[in-house]
This record gives sequence, structure tokens and C-alpha cells, in this order.
Amino acid sequence: MSILVFAEHDNSTLKAETLKTVAAAQAIGGDITLLVAGYNCQSVVDAASKVNGVSKVLAADNAAYEHQLAENVSLLVTELASDYEHIVATALTTGKNFMPRVAALLDVTQISDIIAVESSDTFVRPIYAGNAIATVQSLDSKKVITVRSTGFDAVATDGNAEIVSLDTATDAGNSSHVSDELTKSERPDLGAAGVVISGGRGMQNGDNFKLLDGIADKLGAAIGASRAAVDAGFVPNDMQVGQTGKIVAPDLYIAVGISGAIQHLAGMKDSKIIVAINKDPEAPIFQVADYGIVADLFDALPELESKL
Amino acid sequence: MKVLVPIKRVIDYNVKVRVKPDNSNVDLANVKMAINPFCEIAVEEAVRLKEAGTATEVIAISIGDKSCQEQLRTALALGADRAIQIETSESLDSLNIAKLLQKIVEEEQPQLVILGKQAIDSDNNQTGQMLAALTGMPQGTFASEVKVEGDKVNVTREVDGGLQTVALNLPAIVTTDLRLNEPRYASLPNIMKAKRKPLDVKAAADFGIDLAPRTKLLKVTPPAERQAGIIVETIDELVEKLKNEAKVIS
Repeated sequence: MSILVFAEHDNSTLKAETLKTVAAAQAIGGDITLLVAGYNCQSVVDAASKVNGVSKVLAADNAAYEHQLAENVSLLVTELASDYEHIVATALTTGKNFMPRVAALLDVTQISDIIAVESSDTFVRPIYAGNAIATVQSLDSKKVITVRSTGFDAVATDGNAEIVSLDTATDAGNSSHVSDELTKSERPDLGAAGVVISGGRGMQNGDNFKLLDGIADKLGAAIGASRAAVDAGFVPNDMQVGQTGKIVAPDLYIAVGISGAIQHLAGMKDSKIIVAINKDPEAPIFQVADYGIVADLFDALPELESKL
Repeated sequence: MKVLVPIKRVIDYNVKVRVKPDNSNVDLANVKMAINPFCEIAVEEAVRLKEAGTATEVIAISIGDKSCQEQLRTALALGADRAIQIETSESLDSLNIAKLLQKIVEEEQPQLVILGKQAIDSDNNQTGQMLAALTGMPQGTFASEVKVEGDKVNVTREVDGGLQTVALNLPAIVTTDLRLNEPRYASLPNIMKAKRKPLDVKAAADFGIDLAPRTKLLKVTPPAERQAGIIVETIDELVEKLKNEAKVIS
């Protein structure tokens, strides 16, 4: 069997989640090809060639793929699909955007957001915001799959795959990129960080999120937020951890002023260790936390920072 | 400009779902059902486009048994002009839903189709993109802002690193994210009025599409429960536990 894995990247760096998606492809079993579609993305192609378990890297370096518009990327992947039984991408915003399009063009349905592989046609995925776990068998001849990377351990990067350049350019011509407004941060990516500290409605305003900075600096942590904090306008949407935001599973997750709505728990309950800081002893977050401290966050945060 | 809004009847988002003892599926007997929250945002966006004079007609559509008429009436009460129910007793895969919607798109020729980005039951996040592929339309998924300008629509999307804005030629597909708008509450007079708005029923079997299942649900289990841990009294104790017991910091 052969498997095509779509590499997530920003034209300069290969995202760490791709290493976990390759691990999912290994669990399916077969010859793995990694596709890098982008523009001026040679550094990503080089990094992709070092991913363990990958035998070949397809490099589609063309202006048509610069912003990975779903219309263009889906045509490219569909064109390549005839050589593969499985087409796999990470369930991040790029993969979630274009993969169902690929599935429909191939006349198959998609198995979204898998967290485990049972066999080459049977997969495990959360439904109802993670409140139930479904085992699903695909009846289609080709499998189009997105992977929730927190379900898999990253493969190593000391491989040496063959690089093949593609000169195809599939431009659907019905969409164009206007602008990006990306949050600049020196901190690690939420999805890849070993430690995440998140603030909720209890932070009261966006300024108070600065209280998390010192702790994040000391722990090398990414900073996240609950949906309540994002909806209240404290912080931008890309910081949201939860069912409809980022799904994270770091070694250490610190929830500050977060009550623990089901929606939020769906995004972080697979973390190895969860710490909750909340002044309400009845907050549901304490039911999933390994260590809870009932305290006013405005006292607890400066003290925690000073003692780390 | 016509706007088509496909909606789904799902478990109310406040209800905690339970798995059936035989692990065949979740138990939806006597559970409160509602319009999928993302679909409600889609209806609201379409109605706002009509109020702004951009859209001329808003059509809500749902695929399911007769019970989904309740959600279609909700959409009508929120301001949709008419509704279509595609009757089926089967639970269809996203691809088959998209194929049925494609037929309605061919009949109605909307300039814009607005859908929720995902349903909170199956969490698939597929139907909008699949409909876009089948109709050859461009797509603006996970939208936090939608601006129609001439023969294009500019969609600002919530992406991993922040926001991305794309320009799409009309007709186009938009899927909604949470922050696109805050849906209104239906007023009592509008709920009464909705009862008299047209609701067409079509049979799924009449569209000549092969609706055979593409997936088989083998089992559904409850997630592994996390055990509640301990409450520590001081920050010192917390730091000590994280260092020596959990060993997650040094």
C-alpha cells in the first residue's frame, strides 16, 4: 500500500505536527510519500526529506500554492491521488480546509480527526466534542483522512528521503489571497509546546494576560485561552483552546481562571498533567485537574512566577 | 442575490451526551434537540445580508426526517424566507449530504451558500468543502467576516496563526466560525409568522443519487475518564509536586 501525507508548513518551517501525522501513516502501514506544496519552500522540502519513515518527498514549489488555497491544493492532491490508497493530512486549518474537497473530487467521504488506527480501513475518532469515541470503518476504495496529531507520537528526523520536484501548477482561478493578519509571538506553537498556560474569563481583561508571560518565559510555555476569554475580546482567536479552537496535549497544562466548560475540556483533557488555579472551589476544571489550587489568580500568579 | 443556508438538527449543546450501554451509538432518546450552533450563525449571517440589501432571498434547507422541520421553522423565525426539507430516515455521510445539496444548488442557483463549519454531533467539518468541490465553487471556511463586493466576496478566515482574508468569485461557499456574529433571538411575532412561511418537502430518493453509506460505525464508547487529582494548599506545595511527583518541571 502507498500513503500520501500532506506536509503542514508556512513556506519556511515544517510544522512539528506533521511528524505525528507521519506516525499515524506508519500505523496504517505502507510506503509513505510526503507532499510539500508551497512557494519558495526549499527549506521545508529539505526538512521533509529528513522525516523518518518517509521514502519520497514530492516538492510542488509554485506561486499557485503560496497561500495553500483550498481550490488549488485540492486539485494538485486529487491529481496525485491515483497512485495512493490513503491520503492523509493533519487536522490543522490547512488540512481541514482542503481535504474534504479532495475527498469529494475523488467521490469518497472523509474520516476526520482520527486519534488512533485500528487497521488500514478502520479508525478511531472523537465525536460530540470528545464526549464519545467512535470506531469507524471506511467503505470507500480510497481513504481520505485527517489526523488529530495529539493522538500520535512524533517520528524522528534523521531520515534521508528522495526528493522529486513536481512542475505541475494547478490554479483553479476562482479565488485569491488578500492578506494575512498573523499573531507574532516568540513563544512556541500552541499545538507543539510541551507546556501550555491558558487564561480564562477570570483574567478579567487582556492586559492581565501579561501575568502569564513571566511564567511562560520560565517554563518555555505557549499561552492559550478559553473561548470565554476570546469571545470577551481579551485575546485573539488563534489562542483559543477547545473543541472549536486548538486541541492540545502538552506534558503540563496550567488553566488559570478557567471554569472548565465541556467545550474547553475537549481541547486539553489529554494533557499529561493538568493544573487548575481558580478561586471557585466548585469549578468543574478541578474534576479533571491533577493538582488544583483554590486561590485568587492575582495572588497566585506572581507567587508562582517567583517560585519557579 | 439568493442565499442558501443548509442547517442540521443536533443535540442541544448544553446536553451532556451519553453512550448507549451496548456501545452501538450515543443515546438520543428524549434528548433536547436544537439547530446546530454554527448553522444558527449561518442563518443569522444570511439574514443580515438580506437586511443590508445585499441578499434578496434566504432559503433554509435541512436533510432528515420530519423532526428537522422544527429547526427549519426556527430558521424561518430568525428571518429565512422559505425552507426545504429533504426527507430521509437514514443518517447520511457528509458526501451524500453534499450531493443532495448540490442538486438544490443546481435548482435554486444561489450566489452564496452559507453553512456551519461543523456539526457539534459528528464533528466532521466536511460538508461545506465537499459541496464547494462538487459545484466547482471557491470556499471561505471558518469565516469571521463576510463582505460581498460586486461579483466577489471577501472572507476573513480564522486560521492557526491568526486571520487570513481571501477573495472568492461568486457564486461561493462560506462556512461560519464562532465569531462571525451573535445570532438574534426569534421574537414571538416572528415565530408565529414563521408558521405560515413556505416549507417544501422533497424525498431524498427522488434525486437519483446513490446514497449508499460510505462508512460503517462499528462502536461508540465513552472517553477515558480523567480522575480528579488533589487540591494543594500553597504555591510552594504545587511547585514541589510538579517537580518531584509529576516531574514535569525542573
